[in-house]
Amino acid sequence: MEKTLRAAYGEALAKYGGDERMVVLDADVSGSTLTGMFGKAYPQRFFNVGIAEANMTAMAAGFAAQGKIPFVNCFSVFLSSVGLLAARTYGSYSGLNMKLAGAYGGLSDSFDGPTHHSVEDLAVMRALPGFEVIVPCDPVQVDWAVRYALQKKGPLYLRLSRDAMHPVYGKAADFEPGKGKIVREGADATVIACGMMVGEALLAAQELEQEGIRLRVVDLFFVKPVDNALILRCAEETGAIVTAEEHSVIGGLGGAVSETLSAAGIGVPHEFAGLSDTHAECGPYAALMRKYGIDAAAVAGAVRRAVRRKR
Amino acid sequence: MLLPERKKELDALCRKLRAELIRLLYKTQSGHPGGSLSVCEILTVLYFEKANTGRGEERDRILLSKGHAAPMLYLILAEKGFFPKEELETLRHIDTRLQGHPCMNHTPGVELTSGPLGMGLSAGLGMALGLKLDQNPATVYVVLGDGELNEGTVWEACMSAAKFNAGNLIAIVDRNHVQLDGAEEEIMPMPHLEARFRAFGLDVFSCDGHDIAALCSAIDAAQAAPGPSVILAETVKGKGVSFMEGKNIWHGRPIDRESFTAALRELEG
Repeated sequence: MEKTLRAAYGEALAKYGGDERMVVLDADVSGSTLTGMFGKAYPQRFFNVGIAEANMTAMAAGFAAQGKIPFVNCFSVFLSSVGLLAARTYGSYSGLNMKLAGAYGGLSDSFDGPTHHSVEDLAVMRALPGFEVIVPCDPVQVDWAVRYALQKKGPLYLRLSRDAMHPVYGKAADFEPGKGKIVREGADATVIACGMMVGEALLAAQELEQEGIRLRVVDLFFVKPVDNALILRCAEETGAIVTAEEHSVIGGLGGAVSETLSAAGIGVPHEFAGLSDTHAECGPYAALMRKYGIDAAAVAGAVRRAVRRKR
Repeated sequence: MLLPERKKELDALCRKLRAELIRLLYKTQSGHPGGSLSVCEILTVLYFEKANTGRGEERDRILLSKGHAAPMLYLILAEKGFFPKEELETLRHIDTRLQGHPCMNHTPGVELTSGPLGMGLSAGLGMALGLKLDQNPATVYVVLGDGELNEGTVWEACMSAAKFNAGNLIAIVDRNHVQLDGAEEEIMPMPHLEARFRAFGLDVFSCDGHDIAALCSAIDAAQAAPGPSVILAETVKGKGVSFMEGKNIWHGRPIDRESFTAALRELEG
């Protein structure tokens, strides 16, 4: 069983928690977000504020103004809604050094249903001036992202996941801020993905190989700022783009990539894999992924369409 | 105890600040007179008598959660030398450092951005707990409007302040009983405010919010309390200008020529 992103995150907080500037806030879900690991190791810098996400996020601003580095934790959907006003006023507008970590991104809290899914958080957080948005796809990347968040000044949204996902990097890998990573080479089309959709895209690539489609896969874990150069290079070299995200097709990763493409005037086919302007429902994660078009099969289908449009 | 001569000085300062406020808002033709006039003594006592307003790390933090009273805050910050007084007339103009609501990145002396109501006490609590971690002896003062208490976040902050025992956090409520749309009783009644705050775990002190000496004593009492505390400062919206007093229409209305002349006659006549 792969390690979940939330487990990797909890471990990373505890691992780097020796940094006295770090404070961790949670809204009565530390057993879910796994920030409890930090709480156990550094109880004096751990603040469980109860079910009060707005208060928690605003409190983080005060800590940040005091030179602390607050990590704010709860489910993605509540952080990007109830926590939004404080994120906007203090993180975005005032530039305070706040780190928001949304634990249950996408449909990963599958059985709890749409009230607990997060299909618009990337659109919301990406629209906040000054915010960086990172969507890791792998425990190694989560560890890197926590280290990065600690040393980079400024507001940041980190979107995590409740569940294990197909491994992408394995034991070790290095990353660059604002740079995507080509995780598989190919010449016929490029899937640009983030989060668990990177692993799904790699699976799709294997399937498409049988059909003679050589798929390139890019992990665009920085949804903001996006790696414009890499997006344009992939468009030029492979002639077709598919974006794949565990999110609504409106305003998230697909939106970011299409902004880059259209601003550059590059008219390659672009297919969007993601939730098509809909909420999902409750159920097993894999079944939801299949039904709502965010699995390897959906990515493969989108690639076939994109490649057909090329011809 | 506040010496009578000092009280006289601060009363005179408040009269001057009120007249300057009317001049400034008349010139700007925008901004909030009512809540700026009611909070005058509260901010004056903090900035000129009770708080450490030095520039060092051990300075007390004064947060104006009711950010719409920015004009009074700016007048006081200029008086304290945080920026030149000539800059005041750039209030609400393009390219100004004096935004319509306070912004910590634009204006020297502003400790925290405010404007959206209900969040200042939470942010102040985070600041207070951060100071405690650093064993910094500073106090965090958060000045709230009473209409702002409609926001649920304020009460979330109270719960947390009690839980984390933020003895270095003092909230001061500018209790002027009038909000934008009308009187408190009409818009959102808030009876038993003392009991409410007490039930949420804060020490509560009440005083006349236009009486400099009473405000000083209330702050001393709040300082002496071991946990987080709140001062309910009874005020009058539009205080000092008779025809603005208690009137919600002067929450954010531009001052016309006739009102301007009449107001100055009252304040300086």
